[in-house]
Amino acid sequence: MEVDYSGDVMTLNMGPQHPSTHGVLRLELKTDGEIVADAIPHIGYLHRCFEKHAENVDYPAVVPYTDRMDYCAAMNMELGYVLTVEKLMGIQVNNRVRCIRIIMAELDRIASHLIAAGTYGNDIGSFTPFLWCFRDRETILDLFEETCGARLLYNYNWIGGLMYDLKPGFEKRLIEFIDYFEPQVDKLNTLLSDNYIFIKRTAAVGILSPETAISYGVTGPNLRGSGVKFDVRKDEPYLGYQDIDFEIPVGKGEYGPLGSCWDRYMVRIREVKESCKIIRQAVAQLTPGDVHESIPKRVKPPAGDIYMRTECPRGELGYYIVSDGSLKPYRLKVKSPCFTVMSAFREVSRGTMISDVVAILGSFDIVLGEIDR
Amino acid sequence: MTPQEIAALITERFGSRILESKPDAINPWSAVEPAAILEVSQFLRADDRLSMDHLELLGGVDYKDRIEVVYVLYSMKHRHRYTLKCRLPREAPVIHTVESVWAVANWHEREAYDMFGIVFDGHSDLRRILCPDDWEGYPLRKDYKAPKSYRDMPV
Amino acid sequence: MESIARLLQFIPRYDALPGIVRALLPVLVSCVVIFAALAIAVLFAVWLERKVSAHIQDRLGPMYVGGWHGWAQTLADALKLLLKEDIVPASADRLLYKMAPFIVFLGAFAAFVVVPFGASSFVSDLNIGVLYIVAVGSLSVIGIIMAGWASNNKYSLYGGMRAAAQIISYEIPSTIAIMTVIIPVGSLSMVDIVNAQKGGIQHWFLFRNPFIFLAFIVYFIASLAEVNRTPFDIPEAESELVAGYHTEYSGMRFAFFFLAEYANMFLVASVATTLFLGGWTQIIPASIAPQLVPGPILFFLKVLVIIFLQMWLRWSLPRLRVDQLMYLSWKVLLPISLVLVLSVGWLAVYW
Repeated sequence: MEVDYSGDVMTLNMGPQHPSTHGVLRLELKTDGEIVADAIPHIGYLHRCFEKHAENVDYPAVVPYTDRMDYCAAMNMELGYVLTVEKLMGIQVNNRVRCIRIIMAELDRIASHLIAAGTYGNDIGSFTPFLWCFRDRETILDLFEETCGARLLYNYNWIGGLMYDLKPGFEKRLIEFIDYFEPQVDKLNTLLSDNYIFIKRTAAVGILSPETAISYGVTGPNLRGSGVKFDVRKDEPYLGYQDIDFEIPVGKGEYGPLGSCWDRYMVRIREVKESCKIIRQAVAQLTPGDVHESIPKRVKPPAGDIYMRTECPRGELGYYIVSDGSLKPYRLKVKSPCFTVMSAFREVSRGTMISDVVAILGSFDIVLGEIDR
Repeated sequence: MTPQEIAALITERFGSRILESKPDAINPWSAVEPAAILEVSQFLRADDRLSMDHLELLGGVDYKDRIEVVYVLYSMKHRHRYTLKCRLPREAPVIHTVESVWAVANWHEREAYDMFGIVFDGHSDLRRILCPDDWEGYPLRKDYKAPKSYRDMPV
Repeated sequence: MESIARLLQFIPRYDALPGIVRALLPVLVSCVVIFAALAIAVLFAVWLERKVSAHIQDRLGPMYVGGWHGWAQTLADALKLLLKEDIVPASADRLLYKMAPFIVFLGAFAAFVVVPFGASSFVSDLNIGVLYIVAVGSLSVIGIIMAGWASNNKYSLYGGMRAAAQIISYEIPSTIAIMTVIIPVGSLSMVDIVNAQKGGIQHWFLFRNPFIFLAFIVYFIASLAEVNRTPFDIPEAESELVAGYHTEYSGMRFAFFFLAEYANMFLVASVATTLFLGGWTQIIPASIAPQLVPGPILFFLKVLVIIFLQMWLRWSLPRLRVDQLMYLSWKVLLPISLVLVLSVGWLAVYW
């Protein structure tokens, strides 16, 4: 990609250590005053050789490794992997496992979007939403802790079932939290989303057109912010999402051109409310049962390859597993949504200002653990 | 379109350059001759019945006798998925880039180069993406031995 | 300063000291008194900021240090900063690097000389008081640019440049808003301005005239930009430039920048109080009751209200981008303040 720089260009490194690059990401900015002529992302600082590790351990032992990819939404990472292996082996789980998985995935989606919204406000300069979002996320983490013992990295979804069943009274505490939480989203909107300065900082910035988005493989809230109504849970449903009634929020360009940072951010906030709806329905569909029922003694999938994707909070997470009939995966490749979104970053941020680079990066909501694996 | 129809369509169009098709597998795929990958990709993207505008995954797989490049393609319009595989010799895995068809292939191909050593002809910026730029060896190959040290740091 | 001079008479054999010492001693003592008062006020303001921000963010803030709601927290932090290692970056310009914090502090500190805290509690009644404050207050820009350049760090340079552009741009609407108060008073002296507002809340310039009310709003916004407070804290935008012009400063030097920022806040609040809120004069109308609360205490309470407002805004609003900031100053505040000055002048002539 050859870029034409006119005038004097200074190279500014938003280096691996920086308060707002959401992880260890190096952005090489070629700046001409305040305008950014080129922004080249350099990744790989958090590469932990997940795919190589997966070739050396048994299938069930890969689950903790998947946690550590996107540590902000670990339940969804595990879910994707576990569903892929179950599809390859042809395992069917019972209704209780299915409903609990939905509840956990949606709770994790809410937690992840709260992090995204809070840190985005922090990047834009508004420090208070960060604290409010994390306060509400604490209750979610408490719910996780009482179920599986961990706040952030769970190892909860197992191939064929779950590690533990729900503790007694979990549903009651969960519904109490959802009842408390839904009005808090409106408060957050009043403070941040509808704030005039916030809109001026984000609504005309980082325009990602639908065609560019699809060409760069952008998925999830980033794609929906550009107006494309596509969600794996509706278009290729898994875990019985087709029986649950919920909407797909899509960016509408209310305050500026379609596909701006504000649209992407607002899609996440609206998705949080939809997740609350899904959780209520999943709790209503919950039936008694044994969560360890379908867990196989030894996980030995038939030879072959499979690709399956699920909707994680940051986009479509895809797992490509090649199995040679043994106890260990032959090849496990992950298609991480943040990786594809970062590949579009260079084009979206060309010609903007330094403050806008921070705004665009925040609106893409990346987690380096997932990009680098 | 069902996978069988897709397999039939591309076999009809490209004939012997489609080496093998398995539309009944759990993940339907076709093996394409490496030299034809650019043309096949362009056809899959542009043809209205197929309209594969979303490259979901581009990865390498190291079998003992060959290296394969896997392309998982999806159509947002028709909601169907198909996989292409290209078999490359281990000593010199070279294939043309599909960057011009799907922009996201840029980063995916850089990763395949970084991990397997697959050289993509015509790529605008083929350098390592996850490992440091001066790393030696291709980590995800089955015969990879990690170096003893990197820049005087023990590995 | 007269009261300090009278107090100094009590020193034994004061008249035996040489004339020049007797002339300079009141000055030095006043400076020390102002510096001490300012330091204590800043200590209090930092504690207040932490408590206000905590309660806005649904948490408690300092609670343990010193006992009651952590009142000694700032003292503890200042002590910690004093004990830190004094680092000067290897390739920094040493002289400029060391001088910069002091010049920034100077800009705020020197302007307190003309602020009247009470009926006779001021250091000096300059007849060009307002002009002096505006002039001296803009010295801090030099210090910020020095800090940004001398740190030999691209982030600091960005912060310094942005700060310079911002402060210089916002001085203009700020000064023009001040002029709307000068016109009815007819004098630049701060003491005269306060005396013109004697007698209760109805005499405050804020409520005397709708144009001056708007001018107060313009001055308040412009002064937020002068002090680099959110929504105008681009020069120290933590999420973009790490810490802007004070990235490379640590320990006591950083504490000095901090002190300077809060001193500037106090200065700007004091000027707003003196010009618009009646300074040290009473709130209740004189026809109901004479002034019972001593001048300095009332003055401090009014300054506290303005500072609380500044803190409230900081923790509620996001940050403006540089070009939006410039737009606000040149294309919004400047025309408005010009219209206000003309209106006040018209009113003064025809009423």
